[in-house]
Amino acid sequence: MCNTCGCNITPGNRPLVMAEKPKNGVTTVSVLQNLLSKNNHQAEHNRAHFDAQKVLVINLMSSPGSGKTALLEATIKRLRDSLKIAVIEGDLETENDTKRIQAQGVPAYQIMTGTACHLDAHLVHNALHHLALDGLDLLFIENVGNLVCPASFDLGHHRNVVLLSVTEGDDKPAKYPVMFRAADLMLISKTDLLPYLDDFSAINAEQNLHNLANDAPVIEFSAKDGNGLDAWITWLQSEITAYKALLLKQQTQRPKIQQDGQLLHAQPGNSKFYPVSNKAKVHK
Amino acid sequence: MDQVMTIAKTHHAEKVVRIIVRIGPLSGIEPLLLESAFSISCAGTIAEEAEFLTETLPIRVLCNNCGVESEAAINNLLCQNCGGYNTKLLSGDELILARVELENAD
Ligand SMILES: Nc1nc2c(ncn2[C@@H]2O[C@H](COP(=O)(O)OP(=O)(O)OP(=O)(O)O)[C@@H](O)[C@H]2O)c(=O)[nH]1
Ligand SMILES: [Mg+2]
Ligand SMILES: [Zn+2]
Ligand SMILES: [Zn+2]
Ligand SMILES: [Zn+2]
Ligand SMILES: [Zn+2]
Repeated sequence: MCNTCGCNITPGNRPLVMAEKPKNGVTTVSVLQNLLSKNNHQAEHNRAHFDAQKVLVINLMSSPGSGKTALLEATIKRLRDSLKIAVIEGDLETENDTKRIQAQGVPAYQIMTGTACHLDAHLVHNALHHLALDGLDLLFIENVGNLVCPASFDLGHHRNVVLLSVTEGDDKPAKYPVMFRAADLMLISKTDLLPYLDDFSAINAEQNLHNLANDAPVIEFSAKDGNGLDAWITWLQSEITAYKALLLKQQTQRPKIQQDGQLLHAQPGNSKFYPVSNKAKVHK
Repeated sequence: MDQVMTIAKTHHAEKVVRIIVRIGPLSGIEPLLLESAFSISCAGTIAEEAEFLTETLPIRVLCNNCGVESEAAINNLLCQNCGGYNTKLLSGDELILARVELENAD
């Protein structure tokens, strides 16, 4: 049922899918589109919650094990005295990541995604019932480790950050263009391992990102030795400032999820009807 | 499928012969998976025997630098004319129900 990898239905949107199903058990294309439009609607609602509390929300995406949780731990260590931070963790089965964040002394809520391979806006909204937003400056959402479908779901957040660890290879932006087109910032993680790898080039990774017509900034860092974390913290702080300025103008920040083609083409009236045959007599 | 059935119903079709969906390579949708999802959801409906076709849409970009429209590749969305990266995607990330072919009763 998934529009990408077979599992579009998450516990958060399952009730909608069920309600959507007519008697003869049909779904698919229209449901895919409806699912996404329902998700977008929920995402706008979530964003309104965030904007009401003036909390900048960052969606962290990467392959499994690229270092999302390690980055969050290091970030919280640096910022917990100056900013109020919380984390929503999307994890398939375990609470490990949530416990690691809580050990840093900030609130974390775990969304058990079960077999789903991405978070959606409904799952995030459910999580908001368990997390106090008031007084927060920054909310991180650690998405499920997956470079495929998380990119297609707006959660109501403001910025997409995509991690690429040096052990994954510099060709990943070319192999997962849907994900990397959506990046507002690309982070190259685990740079402390670069001396042991002879085939990863940050320049190539950046060129591959650039080839997707994405001019997002790129920051290299290591959560282990702390290199590059200053640049990342500076980026975060400038994003908070930019976001607050937008709020003052009654505007909000939106992540880079460009569906230009979709918007240009998927207008009603694009579905054409061709009666090809009048074989009815044969069938009667 | 809802859209297919609505179209079928409004046209009093007895049978859906062919469903044609256009998929942009950047939509994140796998044609094969969509096809299998379709065949499952068509079971037991008038679209049960429908042929399901997917057409891949070209990726086209419009350059904001030189104004030229060009065809691009999935992992190279730069302007093919001037090489600029300041491009706007014109097509390639959409999922469209393009055509439904039906057999009518009249
Ligand atoms: N050498 C090195 N290892 C790192 C670094 N950051 C994370 N790791 C290691 O990489 C592994 C995965 O790190 P996590 O932070 O759990 O990665 P994640 O992206 O949160 O993983 P999932 O949530 O499972 O997708 C762990 O064994 C970390 O110790 C780094 O900067 N350098
Ligand atoms: Mg993690
Ligand atoms: Zn999936
Ligand atoms: Zn709400
Ligand atoms: Zn998924
Ligand atoms: Zn050009």
